[in-house]
Amino acid sequence: MNTKNSINYLLHLADNALILGHRNSEWCGHGPVLEQDIALSNISLDLIGQARNFYQYAAEMMGGNTTEDSLAYLRDVTEFKNNLLVELPNGDWAQTVLRQFFFSAYQYFLFQELMQSNDRQVADIAEKSLKEVTYHLRWSSEWVIRLGDGTEESNKRMLAATDYLWNYTGELFEAAAYELQAAGNGITINQAGIKQQWEVKVKAVLAQATIEMPKNEWMHAGGKQGQHTEHLGYILAEMQFLQRAYPNAIW
Amino acid sequence: MTNKFEHIADYSADALKKSILDMLETVTDPEIPVLSIIDLGIVRDLVISPSPVNMHPTLEIVVTPTYTGCPAMDTIKMNIRLVLLQAGFKNISIKQALSPAWTTDWMSEKGKDKLRAYGIAPPQYKQAVCTPDIFQEEEAIQCPLCKSYHTATVSQFGSTACKALYRCLDCKEPFDYFKCH
Repeated sequence: MNTKNSINYLLHLADNALILGHRNSEWCGHGPVLEQDIALSNISLDLIGQARNFYQYAAEMMGGNTTEDSLAYLRDVTEFKNNLLVELPNGDWAQTVLRQFFFSAYQYFLFQELMQSNDRQVADIAEKSLKEVTYHLRWSSEWVIRLGDGTEESNKRMLAATDYLWNYTGELFEAAAYELQAAGNGITINQAGIKQQWEVKVKAVLAQATIEMPKNEWMHAGGKQGQHTEHLGYILAEMQFLQRAYPNAIW
Repeated sequence: MTNKFEHIADYSADALKKSILDMLETVTDPEIPVLSIIDLGIVRDLVISPSPVNMHPTLEIVVTPTYTGCPAMDTIKMNIRLVLLQAGFKNISIKQALSPAWTTDWMSEKGKDKLRAYGIAPPQYKQAVCTPDIFQEEEAIQCPLCKSYHTATVSQFGSTACKALYRCLDCKEPFDYFKCH
């Protein structure tokens, strides 16, 4: 069994959750209304919880001095394996909720697959997370529809968000080499199946939001292999500052 | 409670287990201090293995988080350890199990009554809205203050991960609902 591939895949799952959780947390104290500010902060908390579970498992496989904290705070940009979608700036509320919708719909189908994994720990994390993702998917779907099918202004913004984010969705379904090879370790994923279910869900919600689903054209990629946009460096600079400036600081 | 279990051999296995569960009953959720971790249903297993070396058996306590990112879990684990150490146990291992995933169905009836008295609407008996379907018909949640069912959801996400925010359309008070999960 080649654990390297499993570790890389776990890091990919964890990085996606951590970076999106961190991005969403930037809204804390800035949400359009208090209740929605709290909602997005709750979603951030769930995502960071998922990240911790995946990091803990990866750290256990890696052994030595590796911990969930060293994985989150002491790796550099090129070592992060998250999708580009999650590191993009928040933009306005439309862009934030649409990104959450694209991502939650992806996790919703992905975790149903991972629950069948022969790797018991991965299956358990997926089972637990899926219950929370169900709430995220519902919340974000409703916001996409509310804005898309809302006022002229909100519709314009949801259209702009769709234009901006769409070309980052393809990467979710492009398996990295370690992802395919992790299948040999019992972490089996049916990428094509997830993509198909995702497209059905997205199309239905966008239709209700009166937004035409964009055509599948050229897509950005590279995040899973550590090739990121310039935005990730800024996130890490802020998130990792304390541990870099004061190694092993605790409080 | 100090050194309560000095003469551990005097206890039968069942009596020991019951005493330990009684102690865990004193560990509460730091966010909702009226609920014990037994009420919440997050203690999934307790294994007591006799130690051949000394009089201190090994305790293995399996807990499950309510929500993966719930910050109360770390505090709860620490408090479990603390209460058992105070009782004189030395070999304590606290493990986390994620599957089967925690559900509000595991909350005790006693716990639901305590929640209601505390001003939080307890989870419904039958789960109704744990699906991704959008704009679902709202559950009729009873206001814990005036007991009216004439209430409305403000947000599916509340002051902690496990709660949703409601308001009563009769007495006009906002209240927390411990949402189905």
